[in-house]
Amino acid sequence: MSHAEDPQGDRRDFLYYATGGAAAVVTGAAVWPLIDQMNASSDVRALASIRVDVSMVDPGTQLTVLWQGKPVFIRARTEAEIEAARDTPLSDLIDTDARNDNLAAAADASDAHRALSEDGVWLVQMGVCTHLGCVPLGESGDFGGWYCPCHGSHYDTAGRIRKGPAPQNLHIPVAAFVDDTTIELG
Amino acid sequence: MSGIPHDHYEPKTRIEKWLESRLPVISLLYDTLMIPTPRNLNWMWIWGIVLVFALVLQIATGVVLVMHYTPHVDMAFASIEHIMRDVNAGHMIRYFHANGASLFFLAVYLHIFRGLYYGSYKAPREVTWIIGMLIYLVMMGTAFMGYVLPWGQMSFHGTAVITGLFGAIPLIGESIQAWLLGAGAVGQPALNRFFSLHYLLPFILLGLVIVHVWAFHTTGNNNPAGVEVRRGSKEEAQKDTLPFWPYFVIKDLFALAVILVVFMAIVGFMPNYLGHPDNYVMANPLATPSHIVPEWYFLPFYAILRAFTADVWAVQFVHWITFGIVDAKFFGVLAMFGAIVVMALAPWLDTSSVRSGRFRPMFRWWFALLAIDFVVLMWVGAQTTTFPYDWIALIAATYWFVFFLVILPLLGVIEKPEAPPATIEEDFNAQHGLSAK
Repeated sequence: MSHAEDPQGDRRDFLYYATGGAAAVVTGAAVWPLIDQMNASSDVRALASIRVDVSMVDPGTQLTVLWQGKPVFIRARTEAEIEAARDTPLSDLIDTDARNDNLAAAADASDAHRALSEDGVWLVQMGVCTHLGCVPLGESGDFGGWYCPCHGSHYDTAGRIRKGPAPQNLHIPVAAFVDDTTIELG
Repeated sequence: MSGIPHDHYEPKTRIEKWLESRLPVISLLYDTLMIPTPRNLNWMWIWGIVLVFALVLQIATGVVLVMHYTPHVDMAFASIEHIMRDVNAGHMIRYFHANGASLFFLAVYLHIFRGLYYGSYKAPREVTWIIGMLIYLVMMGTAFMGYVLPWGQMSFHGTAVITGLFGAIPLIGESIQAWLLGAGAVGQPALNRFFSLHYLLPFILLGLVIVHVWAFHTTGNNNPAGVEVRRGSKEEAQKDTLPFWPYFVIKDLFALAVILVVFMAIVGFMPNYLGHPDNYVMANPLATPSHIVPEWYFLPFYAILRAFTADVWAVQFVHWITFGIVDAKFFGVLAMFGAIVVMALAPWLDTSSVRSGRFRPMFRWWFALLAIDFVVLMWVGAQTTTFPYDWIALIAATYWFVFFLVILPLLGVIEKPEAPPATIEEDFNAQHGLSAK
C-alpha cells in the first residue's frame, strides 16, 4: 500500500487500515456476547448463598446439602472426633494449609483453622474430593473421617487428607452462623 | 480433481450439456467416483467407507432420537427411558446410536494405525493427515458430550472429572471450567449446551470429512507399497490404477457387509456389553459411582492422563523448572493432549525416505510394539491406580511418546530400508503371481 517515496501514506492507506480496524472491533463486539452467554447466568449467580437450618443436627451426625450444585458436608463432631483432630501434629499432615476460604491463604491446617465454631463442634466443608471430584463417604476410612471410594483417599475427622492420591484437604467454603441454629453458606 | 491423468466426464445429451454449463455437478460426482485408485490396495483400505457409514448412521439415528429426547436435568433420564420403552422401535434406534459410536471409534483407530504403518501421513499427504487428526478430536468431543445426555451417574460424574481437567490449567483454569459448565458445578446449563453442541458437531465432522477426501483426491491414495502412481501418461497411470467405481466400491461394500454382520449381532444380542450399568442410574450429585470409567474408546488417553503422578521424576522436574506452575494434575492433562499432538506431528517427526512400513525392517517391530502399547493402555485405563497398574500405565504412556519423539526421528538415520518395488504395477503383479505385460 504505502510507497518508499511516500512514507506518509496516502488516503487509500488510511481508509484501508481504518476499515480493517473497524471490522476487527465490530467482529469482536459481535462475538463477545456469543462467548459470554456461556458464563453463569443471573439465576445461577443469585443462588450464590443459601441458609441452612442445623437445629436437627446432633453431635455425631452430619447433614449434606447441595450448594451451587456441589455437596457440602455440615457435621456436628463428637468430643472424641475433636480430640483426635486436635491431637494430630501438623507434621503428620500431607497438606499443611487450612484450605479455608474464611481465613487467609497462609493459615495452617490446625484443627482450630478447620472448624467453624470456637468449641470445634461444627465442621463445614465441601463434599468434593480434591483428587478428581468424587463425593467422599462419611464416618469411614483409616482415620475415622471421610473416605473417597473412587481412588482411595482417606481424610481425618477434620477433613484433612492423610493417605491416598488427593493433593489437598477438603475445601472449606465461606460460611458463618447467622443465629444459633442457622449457617449461611457463601 | 486428481493429479493422476484419467478420462473426464463429457456431457452427451442436450440436458446434460445444459446443466454442465450452469452447474457442473455431474462432472464433480463423476470425477470423484472414477478417481484412479492404486490396484494394490489391501483390506486395510476399507475403513474409510466404514467411517462414512458410521457418520451417516449416527446422524440419521441421532436426528430421530432428538425428536423424543428432553434436555432437562429432571426429564432427560426419563425421556431416555421413554425412548427405550414407549417410542416405536425406540430401543433399537438408541442401541444403534450408542453402539454406532463404538463402531465409529473401532474404524477410526484401525484407519489411523493403517496410516501410521504404511506412511500415509508422509509428503505429500500431510494436510490429509492433519485434517484427519482434527476429525478425530471433533469425534472425541462429540462422543463425550453425547454420553452426558442420558444424565445417568456415569454421565454426571464423568463430566465432573473431564471438565475438572480444564480446572487444572494454572491461573485461568477455574474460570474456563466455570465458563464451560455455565455454573460452579455440572447441572442444567452444562446439559443444555452439550445437547446443542452434540447436534452441531457431527455436521462440522461431515464438512471436515469432505475436505479430508478432497485432500487425498488431490494427492492420490497412498497404497501398501508406498510408491506413487506413475503420471507420465494416461496409459501409464492405468497400469497402476483402477477406477474407484466399480472396483473399489464393490470391494468396500463387501467388507462393510461383513463388519455389519458383527455389528448387528452386538446391537441385537448384547447391546449393553460396551456400556456401564451405572449409567442406568439417574444422576445424583450427592453420590459418586465407586469406579468411574470412561467408554472403551477413551481408555488409552484416560490411562495417559492418570499415568503421570506426583512421584514421577519427570513430573517433579517439570514442576521445579516451571516454578510450580505445572503440577502433576496439569502435567497429566498436557500429556493426554500431547499424545494426540505428537501423533499429528508424525509427518515431520518421521525422517525415513521410505514410506511403507513393509520395507522398513526396524520400524515394523517398533510399530508392532506401538499397537500393543495402545491395547495395553486401553486395558490399564480401566484398572484402578494401584500397584502394579500404576507402573504398567507409566511405562506404556512413556513408550507412546518415545515412539513418536525418539524412535521415529532416529529410525530414518539408523535403519537400512529394503528397496520398494519400482511401480505399483510391479507390486501388484508380484502379489498375484503375474508377469509384466
